[in-house]
Amino acid sequence: MYREAILKKFRPSLDNILYILHDLQDNNPQRYLAKDDIRVCADYLKVPYSYVHSVASFYTMFSLEPRGSNIIRLCDSPPCHLMGSKSLLTYLKQALKVDVGGTTKDGKFTLELTSCLGACGVAPAMMINDEMVGNLTPERVDAILEKRRKES
Amino acid sequence: MSLVRNHVLISIDAGTVMAGARGVERALIEEVAKQGLKDEIAVLETGSVGTIGQGVVLVVYPEGVYYANVTPQDIPELVEEHLLKGRPLKRLILSEPPKQTVIKKEKAGLLREQPRIVLRNCGVIDPEKIEEYIAEGGYEAIGKALTTMKPEDVIDEIKKSGLAGRGGASFSTGMKWDFARSAPGDIKYIICNADEGEPGTFKDRLILEGDPHKLIEGMMLAGYAVGASKGFVYIRGEYALSIERLEKAIAQAREYGLLGINILDSSFSFDMAVMKGAGAYVCGEETALIESLEGKRGHPRKKPPYPVTEGLWGKPTVVNNVETLGNISEIIKNGASWFKSYGTEKCPGTKVYTIIGNVATPGLIEAEMGTTLRDIIFEYAGGIKAGKKFKGALIGGAAGAFLGPDMLDVQMDFVNLREYAAVLGSGAILVMDEGADMVDMLQSVLHFFRHESCGHCVPCRLGTAQLVKIIDRIAISKGTQGDVDKLLKISDTMRDTSFCPLGQSLYLPISSSLKYFRGEIDARIH
Repeated sequence: MYREAILKKFRPSLDNILYILHDLQDNNPQRYLAKDDIRVCADYLKVPYSYVHSVASFYTMFSLEPRGSNIIRLCDSPPCHLMGSKSLLTYLKQALKVDVGGTTKDGKFTLELTSCLGACGVAPAMMINDEMVGNLTPERVDAILEKRRKES
Repeated sequence: MSLVRNHVLISIDAGTVMAGARGVERALIEEVAKQGLKDEIAVLETGSVGTIGQGVVLVVYPEGVYYANVTPQDIPELVEEHLLKGRPLKRLILSEPPKQTVIKKEKAGLLREQPRIVLRNCGVIDPEKIEEYIAEGGYEAIGKALTTMKPEDVIDEIKKSGLAGRGGASFSTGMKWDFARSAPGDIKYIICNADEGEPGTFKDRLILEGDPHKLIEGMMLAGYAVGASKGFVYIRGEYALSIERLEKAIAQAREYGLLGINILDSSFSFDMAVMKGAGAYVCGEETALIESLEGKRGHPRKKPPYPVTEGLWGKPTVVNNVETLGNISEIIKNGASWFKSYGTEKCPGTKVYTIIGNVATPGLIEAEMGTTLRDIIFEYAGGIKAGKKFKGALIGGAAGAFLGPDMLDVQMDFVNLREYAAVLGSGAILVMDEGADMVDMLQSVLHFFRHESCGHCVPCRLGTAQLVKIIDRIAISKGTQGDVDKLLKISDTMRDTSFCPLGQSLYLPISSSLKYFRGEIDARIH
């Protein structure tokens, strides 16, 4: 089982919990921490299920709900706001027909907001999966979405 | 060995990679080979050269020509014109190269150049090669300390230099080390706080990406001074390139015997690990960061006890910011009095700023403490974009303060800004032109705080929610009389009663925006 292989990479010590959760989430086909992910982590670290759940729910990079194959995280902090992230959010919601936190019907995109990505020099910016994109305009967003639609 | 005629540096940082730097690099290497210049032209990677939002940036040495917004399609022409025929390609030349050491400022009657202390090697060396760092005098300071200085001497030197923490709190670094050194216990830790989350701040990321060995050396010196043999760097989970570069640098330092047991044949042993965060602004607070490192929710702890006596796993722990640690090796190498010759009397040294928003050339700069806001905006960042008028600036991120147009000549340092009820904080400067809507800006700041409030204490949890409710109705012109005063009253109560600096600092953006722009906000209510 792939989950055991992930766990074996880390010492069973509590200070590895964020690394383990990152790895489990990255390898979950639905890009989230399923109950099974939390359970194996809890068993491995010998802590209660509720403990791991409480840690996972605290950090915004972890999701407890299934997500799409592409995760869009639009930066909504003041610098991006000044440069127009608000209208981009409206645009993304319309283009994907989802609200913040929602996943498109075809399972290809999840729309999330994030705090400052440190890409303020090219604001407004967002991350799509691990890739950062900046200087966003509706046209650029369209091109990015189109490319990802074709890929998956 | 062949003689290299030109060195082409390509800036590889998160911003340029975003703009396609890897593709340009591949095209450049191929084209150089294709035109038979492989033995004469060296293509090297470097960190940020200080430009922001200029696409892929190349610097050709020895001429020192900067090219911006380079695409793979430009490469054949660029290689042929400049590298083969020696004619710089005008259409791609960056009109205003980043100002690094060219700004002159009058001080004590003498004109002198602005120094780069922390960013000295950023955009100059290849951060992935330890040899380049060593060639620039790297690891000399740790050598000096281990062979000629006792740990107490290192602490004394740092104390004398007057270095204060660059993460925002500006506490004396030497004192902090001294507390940790004199705290009882055999096991002590050094933590580098690289959980940079303050909106508008990305200096630490560019330091980590541009000169990771400098951070390692700073942590080693801290470890030697304090008596710690283990260091942790807590980095934001979103900073993929920083994590990769630092892990590579640590591995190289280990190979060279600079990390590990009995470093440079001394009795000092030190090793480091990188810890990846998972997205929580509050973890930038040092005790919350320690909780997170221990594998818990990132809730702040009650202080005292402070981390210097009871920190990670209950052991004495020093938590320092990336930029603070970036100063250490230079101070040990050049001495405290050299360091004190920069900056102001109360705040020696330099400050690294990220300057963004409605300015002509946003970027990463290092300026002496005490440089005026006007110089930073109009000299370094090329003034306001599109010739518009300056309206105000948000200094120090969301937990910072707004400054109005009459504050342009204020000297920027930790002590002086405090007199104007402002803070230097992390060094983010968000510039707004006349078109900026203050209600909109304040709304964005308050939403940010509501999202990042960790929920641990009542004043912050409920306070941020109420503030958002009020600003949201003001924004749609449904505010009522007294709403503005409510913003002030709630944030003031939060300052007095919140558990950690997150809730305590919200009054800064609120009271300062009202101080300078109250009329504009009131107008939305009547």
